[in-house]
Amino acid sequence: MTTTSGRTNTPATQYKVVGTRPIRHDGADKVTGRARYGLDFNVVGLLHGKILRSPHVHARIKSIDTSAAEKLPGVKAVVTARDFPANPKGQPIDFAEAGADVRVLAENIMAGRVVLYQGHAVAAVAATNEHIAEEALGLIKVEYEVLPALLDVRESMKPDAPLIHEKLTTFFTKDRQGRGENTGVKSNIATHLQFKRGDLATGFKEAHVVVEREFTTSMVHQGYIEPYVSTGQWGKDGRITVWTSTQNPFGIRASTAAILGVPESTVKVVSMEIGGGFGGKQPAYLDPVAAMLSKKSGRPVKIVMTRKEVFDSTGPASGSYLRCKIGATKDGRITAAELYLAYEAGAFPGSPIAGGAMSSFGPYKVENMMVEGYDVVVNKPKVQAYRAPGQPQTNFAVESVVDELAQKLGIDPLEFRIKNATDEGDLMPSGMVFPPMGLKQLEEAMKNHDHYKTPLTGPNRGRGIAVGYRFNGGGVSSATINVNDDGTVALVTGSVDIGGTRTSVAMQAAEVLGLRAEDVTPTVVDTDSIGWTGTTAGSRVTFDTGLAAITTAEEVKRLMIARAAKIWEVPPAEVAFKDGVFTSLKNPNDKLTFKQLAARLRATGGPVTASAINGSTGVGPIFAGNIIDVEVDPETGKVQILRCTAFMDAGKAVHPSYVEGQLQGGTAQGIGWALNEEYFLTKEGGMANSTFLDYRMPTALDLPLIDTVLIEVPNPRHPFGLRGVGEVPIVPPPAALANAIARATGARLTKLPMKPGTIWEAVEAHKAATKTKK
Amino acid sequence: MADKVRVQSTINEETVDFLCEPRQSLLETLRDVLGMTGTKEGCNDGNCGACTVIIDGRMVTSCLVLGVEASGKKIETIEGVSQPDHLHPIQQAFLEGAALQCGICTPGFIMASKALLQVEPKPSEERIRLWLAGNLCRCTGYDKIVRSVQSAATKMSGERR
Repeated sequence: MTTTSGRTNTPATQYKVVGTRPIRHDGADKVTGRARYGLDFNVVGLLHGKILRSPHVHARIKSIDTSAAEKLPGVKAVVTARDFPANPKGQPIDFAEAGADVRVLAENIMAGRVVLYQGHAVAAVAATNEHIAEEALGLIKVEYEVLPALLDVRESMKPDAPLIHEKLTTFFTKDRQGRGENTGVKSNIATHLQFKRGDLATGFKEAHVVVEREFTTSMVHQGYIEPYVSTGQWGKDGRITVWTSTQNPFGIRASTAAILGVPESTVKVVSMEIGGGFGGKQPAYLDPVAAMLSKKSGRPVKIVMTRKEVFDSTGPASGSYLRCKIGATKDGRITAAELYLAYEAGAFPGSPIAGGAMSSFGPYKVENMMVEGYDVVVNKPKVQAYRAPGQPQTNFAVESVVDELAQKLGIDPLEFRIKNATDEGDLMPSGMVFPPMGLKQLEEAMKNHDHYKTPLTGPNRGRGIAVGYRFNGGGVSSATINVNDDGTVALVTGSVDIGGTRTSVAMQAAEVLGLRAEDVTPTVVDTDSIGWTGTTAGSRVTFDTGLAAITTAEEVKRLMIARAAKIWEVPPAEVAFKDGVFTSLKNPNDKLTFKQLAARLRATGGPVTASAINGSTGVGPIFAGNIIDVEVDPETGKVQILRCTAFMDAGKAVHPSYVEGQLQGGTAQGIGWALNEEYFLTKEGGMANSTFLDYRMPTALDLPLIDTVLIEVPNPRHPFGLRGVGEVPIVPPPAALANAIARATGARLTKLPMKPGTIWEAVEAHKAATKTKK
Repeated sequence: MADKVRVQSTINEETVDFLCEPRQSLLETLRDVLGMTGTKEGCNDGNCGACTVIIDGRMVTSCLVLGVEASGKKIETIEGVSQPDHLHPIQQAFLEGAALQCGICTPGFIMASKALLQVEPKPSEERIRLWLAGNLCRCTGYDKIVRSVQSAATKMSGERR
């Protein structure tokens, strides 16, 4: 177990590199401004693109006149949906059809017939500089017929609600992945998901105490600091190059090619350094548009979103409506649990209801359970992944109700959780069986922590806890290793490094090869230069790309052993490799260090290089917990966080500093989601607060030091025992804060964000209700 | 398009002459005219601090200053912080303290921290948090940034002694 502040009490490990804290390989470039991000890309002849966006949340496009813009000096190209082959006539999308996805992607990046949210793109311009491009946007005339808007998930679900997509019908599924069956019912509900086991009525009958509450959460944004950017070049040979900052280069390649109607092999995506993503930087919003403007103008085109465009037109996280009901016996055993979740998908289907449903009751043994999720279209931007997609919302509901239940039963909230905790062999809400995991160890660590054992005193103060769960599948990654003459190695991958994964992957290769982390030079390359690699998301890069690096390093090891065997004229089986030294078993005086052997490679048969492509073994389950102390100002409702300790079962922390960083950063985002952040809508339904001044993310002044505790229950699916640590830390903070506020004030907050006004109202209502009761 | 204006200023201790349009911000001038892309753009409206530079000793967001205003001024950017053979103690502390994840806000935080330690060599945690409140970081939760600034301050005041 390790904690921050430089205090480490990790027991001596069997590893030499894994678990240490080397300086990251890209560090010097990033602290000196040398690292090149998407915005830093430049090339001779570059044009600047700008996108005209809908001011309406829902409207029919009657006409678009681009002639005046085209005539403006300096303008080199103008495009609209008609230029894109995926849906040139803007026909309504048939969501029941197989392969409808490309048309959804195409419609979302350039509206054909209707605009479905404020900020929906309708035309784009390329000009010699961005100011001229912006002027040109003002010369494009778009005639709209405004249509009724649906902005609330419950309004949109009503049977008599106007349909946002005329061909959308509800699918019903019991499977977390499958599409399910088409009910044929026309609706704004794209999917109805159901996880069910046991019998709810029996379970609730058995309960002595039942708590049921409704919750709502606002749409929030990932808030990455670097805006979306892409530069596209349509070469005279028909080959397209895209320089962009994305989590998902191969995904950008696939969707750019599909939207442009060209073979995937003609598109090369060069991933620049990325300035944050948190799940949000995966779709190709700009790349096909930049490429199409390049095709028309014959020059490379760069498009940079403004911050307003990032808020209005990229994918945020779903706002939601939830209802949670849990029953328990007097002695604190949960007998039944029910959760209803309806998520805003935005303009097109695809909200993370499966993630939310899978996470929900994960930390609890529940025999009688029902989770029902609804994916609902509304006139807002199409949502995207945001760190543990869909899970902070359900966790807020479940952990609030669990806390209230424990309170009503007079049981310590942590004891209540430990008593009902799931373990290996138990069922997840989805019906899958839990593999080995560290939930109980995590909860015990929370219980035994100095923070939990130190009483919190003083008026208007409260301590809240919550535990969050995340399950990840994983994906494919590739790696190549080239051995250099000086005994260092070059490690090449396709996994965009969003937070230090060059180093955490390199460390695993170093461990296998008996090298130091510094002896491995990791590079992330373009889509033509490495095997197919899945997205940098789903907490999977250190895990999956680490696996690819390990497999590749094992192959390098095998080749190096073979070479030593050749030199010593013995069979390879008679060469041992330990701690970076090759030794002949036959003649133990024959020894070569990795470095010595590397120097002899070229003269003894040629250089050594190896590549591997790996499917995932499954990142598996991961748990995180928070203990948070707050003080609530009774006059204003403002929450001050007094102390915050974040816990996570990391399996094995490859680079503990960066694992702590994930835990601290995720906790901070969760705190922002809980207390401040929301899409505040105008009367017409557009976002009113689309700047960083008004969309209030936590600053250094809003947060305390975040102490971290890493529990290490090894994951048997990975040779070094890793779990995927990126996402789960964002899950528990909203509930932990709600629980802390409830204990400080007596008022249960059921609406995110818990901003001062909301808290003040809840506290006043609680006071009034308490008075009436007396 | 207005005529370009000739501007002379001192950037990272070198006299620099350049032409910029009157409507171009200093950020745009640094990045697009001078090719100095170490100063980052996050919001272009003064709210994220990624473009922080130091002008005549004062910390400013360069997106809210015009390029022409740089005339006659002394400007420090991230490109001028390190020495040819070693990093600045703040840069070194950020690396050792793992104070960056994606790194896009890092140049801004380093410039802001440098401006702080120039006026207050030994700031408290609270002072650091207040001073850095204009710089947004979405990755780290600020914990490791605050600790790294503290550690740089300790190291730098040791060097001065």
